[in-house]
Amino acid sequence: MAESEQKKRKASETGKSETDSSELSSARNEELSSELDELLDEIDEVLEENAEEFVKNYVQKGGE
Amino acid sequence: MALRRIYGTETEYGIVHRGVKDSNPISASSFLINAYLSTTSDQGVGPNAPRVGWDFIDETPEIDIRGFAPIGSLPPEIEANLVNAVLTNGSRYYVDHAHPELSTPECLDPLSLLRWDRAGDEIIVKSMKAANEVLPPGEEIIVYKNNSDGKGNSYGCHENYLISREIPFGRIVQHATTHFVTRQIFTGAGKVGSEAVGEKRMETPFQLTQRADFFEEEVGLETTLKRPIINTRDEPHADPLKYRRLHVIVGDANLCEVANFLKLGTTGIVMAMIEDNFLDNQLKIEDPVHALRQVSRDMSLKIPIRLEGGKTATALSLQWEIYERSHKYINEFGFENVGGESVIKVMEYWEKVLSALTSSPDQLFGVLDWVTKKKIIDSYADRHGLKVDDFKLAALDLQYHDLRPEMSLFARIPTEKIVSTEEVALAVENPPNETRAFFRGKCLQKWPENVLVANWDSIVFDIGDKNLRRVPMMEPLRGTSQHVGDLIDSCETVIELIESISETI
Repeated sequence: MAESEQKKRKASETGKSETDSSELSSARNEELSSELDELLDEIDEVLEENAEEFVKNYVQKGGE
Repeated sequence: MALRRIYGTETEYGIVHRGVKDSNPISASSFLINAYLSTTSDQGVGPNAPRVGWDFIDETPEIDIRGFAPIGSLPPEIEANLVNAVLTNGSRYYVDHAHPELSTPECLDPLSLLRWDRAGDEIIVKSMKAANEVLPPGEEIIVYKNNSDGKGNSYGCHENYLISREIPFGRIVQHATTHFVTRQIFTGAGKVGSEAVGEKRMETPFQLTQRADFFEEEVGLETTLKRPIINTRDEPHADPLKYRRLHVIVGDANLCEVANFLKLGTTGIVMAMIEDNFLDNQLKIEDPVHALRQVSRDMSLKIPIRLEGGKTATALSLQWEIYERSHKYINEFGFENVGGESVIKVMEYWEKVLSALTSSPDQLFGVLDWVTKKKIIDSYADRHGLKVDDFKLAALDLQYHDLRPEMSLFARIPTEKIVSTEEVALAVENPPNETRAFFRGKCLQKWPENVLVANWDSIVFDIGDKNLRRVPMMEPLRGTSQHVGDLIDSCETVIELIESISETI
């Protein structure tokens, strides 16, 4: 691997960009968490009623 | 110089027929497809229109696309219960083993392929609706876009890349393998549990991919047993002296558009770099089969892979390496042969996704399937205090892939879109303009009663009086909208079409 590429990678992995993205991700995480709550409510409504039976009955033949 | 890339996918879907004793997946798949063919508004497959079947006749490799070969006998009859249809959008819709399968038309770039792959899912949704309207009350056919039943049975989502015949196969094996092992960090559709032989199911509560458990060899011809990372099926469906088709069986079926786009787009670029010998030999993985499973099980993305020569690197750092190499390649060689401007979009998403995987993978909720599915499963388990082996979590995994709009978990998630609903709707009915799929699809739209059978590289026309004409299409870059669009528009009958083609060639 060329040295210049290694430097470039290090910069993108550990440099300033990470600080930026962690600030971004904290705002995004709050947004996500409220979206997720609503989503989980919906999932509770639509999830197959008998999960065990559903999972056990889902049997496919191999393909390809 | 790399060839113009032709892209395509073949997706086998999971199928369940509820409300019947001893349901049979083959008849359910046939019922599903026939229901679609009977109700679609496609001219070629309307209720009273003739069905256009798939042509199984072997091609003669010497036949030139520019010639006509009159044939003396009818093609073999298609097995009665195995439906095999050609659609007006240029795709093939059929029963394969015990699954409904859709092969996209040939596409010239990854963005176009994403669009026709999405159209395939839409055709499945329409098929389910049509089937369930005519099934007796209490019965239902449900289709899933996944690759495993969680019990050791797998079915594939295959990718196809047409590449130059001249490339030494060993070079393809080495570089494609490194990409296939490491791209799992963004292509994985996520899975609850392990299906690997010799491992207990819950030893791996969650892994990145559906498929890694099923691969046992590095290279081989098999697709159903002892599956290889590099499949050697050599059936180019085009001029075999010029083309080889790399039939990629190692990937997952994606629902997230960005994951799907990256799976196809990054692999297309890697193929071009292999053709132009732009990759060096330092990135060879020591034990690819072991590494495939290791990467699939490493949620931290930090466990190093052993490379030949004693070095190690993580899948993420190897992807950065391939990304940077691709950047240089495009600067040097341009992107025209890899898929035009859509490649710029591939590079942008690639960098964005690798950066997020490096700093905070959670940001990729709604962007990558495995991240999205894992987040839902973890949050659901937290909310209800469920243990990792709770059936509800396995149910969430399966239902993520349910294609019924009202039951699909994926459909409820706000995901990043690359193609619009309108673009997908158009692709359900129409072929892409840029390949021979255009000729196939448009002939089916305009003269359904004259198209007897079709396949990837030919169409057989019935021109009346027991006369059949086979039109070979051995070159996927001909038969395009630019090439034959005006001609098809200007001909009223198929006889005119055939005479005009004779004159122009």
